[in-house]
Amino acid sequence: MNPTRLRARQIERLVEAICLTAALLPLLMLGGLLLDVLVQAWPSMRLSFLTHYPSRAWASAGILPGLVGSVLVVSLTALLAVPVGVGAATYLEEFAAPGRFRRLVELNLANLAGVPSIVYGLLGLALFVHFAGLGHGLLAGALTLALLVLPIVLLATREALRTVPDSLREGALALGATRWQVTSRVVLPHALPGILTGAILGVSRAMGETAPLLLVGAVSYVTFLPTSLDSPFTTMPVQIFGWVSRPQAGFSANAAAGIVVLLLTLTGMNLAALVLRARLRRDPT
Amino acid sequence: MTAPRLHVHKLRAGFGGKEVLHDLELEIAAGTVTAIIGPSGCGKSTFIRTLNRMHELVGGAWVKGRVLLDEQDLYASDVDPVLLRRRVGMVFQKPNPFPSMSIRDNVVAGLRLTGTLSRGQTEAIAERALRQAALWDEVKDRLDDPGAALSGGQQQRLCIARALAVDPQVLLMDEPCSALDPIATARIEDLIHSLRGRYTIVLVTHSMQQAARVSERTAFLLRGELVEVDDTRKIFTKPNDRRTEDYITGRFG
Ligand SMILES: Nc1ncnc2c1ncn2[C@@H]1O[C@H](COP(=O)(O)OP(=O)(O)O)[C@@H](O)[C@H]1O
Ligand SMILES: [Mg+2]
Repeated sequence: MNPTRLRARQIERLVEAICLTAALLPLLMLGGLLLDVLVQAWPSMRLSFLTHYPSRAWASAGILPGLVGSVLVVSLTALLAVPVGVGAATYLEEFAAPGRFRRLVELNLANLAGVPSIVYGLLGLALFVHFAGLGHGLLAGALTLALLVLPIVLLATREALRTVPDSLREGALALGATRWQVTSRVVLPHALPGILTGAILGVSRAMGETAPLLLVGAVSYVTFLPTSLDSPFTTMPVQIFGWVSRPQAGFSANAAAGIVVLLLTLTGMNLAALVLRARLRRDPT
Repeated sequence: MTAPRLHVHKLRAGFGGKEVLHDLELEIAAGTVTAIIGPSGCGKSTFIRTLNRMHELVGGAWVKGRVLLDEQDLYASDVDPVLLRRRVGMVFQKPNPFPSMSIRDNVVAGLRLTGTLSRGQTEAIAERALRQAALWDEVKDRLDDPGAALSGGQQQRLCIARALAVDPQVLLMDEPCSALDPIATARIEDLIHSLRGRYTIVLVTHSMQQAARVSERTAFLLRGELVEVDDTRKIFTKPNDRRTEDYITGRFG
């Protein structure tokens, strides 16, 4: 083999090695991080962690109010944001005449999705807590998160609707179907897997948010479960935040265990999204 | 119901500031097959889409003039385009069965979408339409398979069956064979033959052989103008217009 060819091959190898490292690095870091969290969480990893309330003694403290709070807030958020987001995207894509109004809305949507979450928190505080007088409760928190999730759901739904080929819409219209019939019976079912994925992604985002909830009044020391829409509440990230700021080492173990529970919940949600998507793809009706 | 005649009068159509069809004047007799030929971009699709009011669905599209279906002007203010499209069916260039529906559901899709399918009729209607579209024998044992699993030619016949199931009077076909191989094309042409008389058929085609094989009348469209319309035999043997002759002898287009 001549020397220039040899050199070219060596460079190729080198580039390959660098690329591989670049690809593995984030995975390794993520793995290391997870391992670190697990090690730290170990002292607090007991089943009672899931069923206990927070306590001044770290060893008997649990994440129950945070877990229940997260599930409630996120469910409420989904209930509020998904129908509105899907409805709005469907209106914009399938019904609104193209024009200045639609362009204006679309331009703003892209910007809304990039607004820092603390800004939504401030908005929620002014709008829901003070102006609407909902207090520092579950509903105010869910409404705030719904605002945050809405553009994400809307954009994902829009993308899903755009993947529906126009030939299907035309085929249905040519059979004498109305716009609404075409949308509800042909377009939405076709886009459903994509819409669901977008909705779950948006809702997972709500699951991890802390700052906006702190602003509208989630507290990290709650010793009861919410009983009504204006009950004080906490969520897992807020609870974790509370534990991290305590000086005793035991509480950082609690925080790490809280992170494990949060990550498991998120993974569960994303798995559900995957399974749902695969189901709908395979067996569309 | 008998097939209607179509009368196109002073029809202009376009997109925004652009006029694509200029003052078309055309008479289509009841129950005949009329072929529309012309180079690509001359406005064949635009024309055929004005006949079932699909044209106006595109943003900025406009139509002027009249299209009479028997005595009724399609563009009269009291005509609901949605109901009109059930009388004037359409088959597209690329077969477009609904991918998430079975073969059977595809056939009755029009009735189901519009909420006009009565219970217990599905099987009978599906069989009748599939027989009419000469597809029954090939699919009768697998009506539950997805429509998208069929070959291209079968998919196009499925789309024809789907259009027929709504019981239209007019059938519009926009280059229905352009995505198909010669054998599948021959099948569709036979099918068009068998539908003549019961339906008034308007067939856009880029193939002059196809026009010659299946149509009774042929209209030649050039840059949005109707150059000539006559009996198909006449158009292909002794056209009146020089431009028609140039086109059919392959001198342009
Ligand atoms: N959606 C549209 N917007 C603007 N112009 C269009 C649109 N669709 C078609 N046209 C124009 O109209 C003319 C006729 O097109 P078409 O009817 O599709 O021709 P054909 O079917 O004979 O090939 C072409 O010049 C084309 O560029
Ligand atoms: Mg065309």
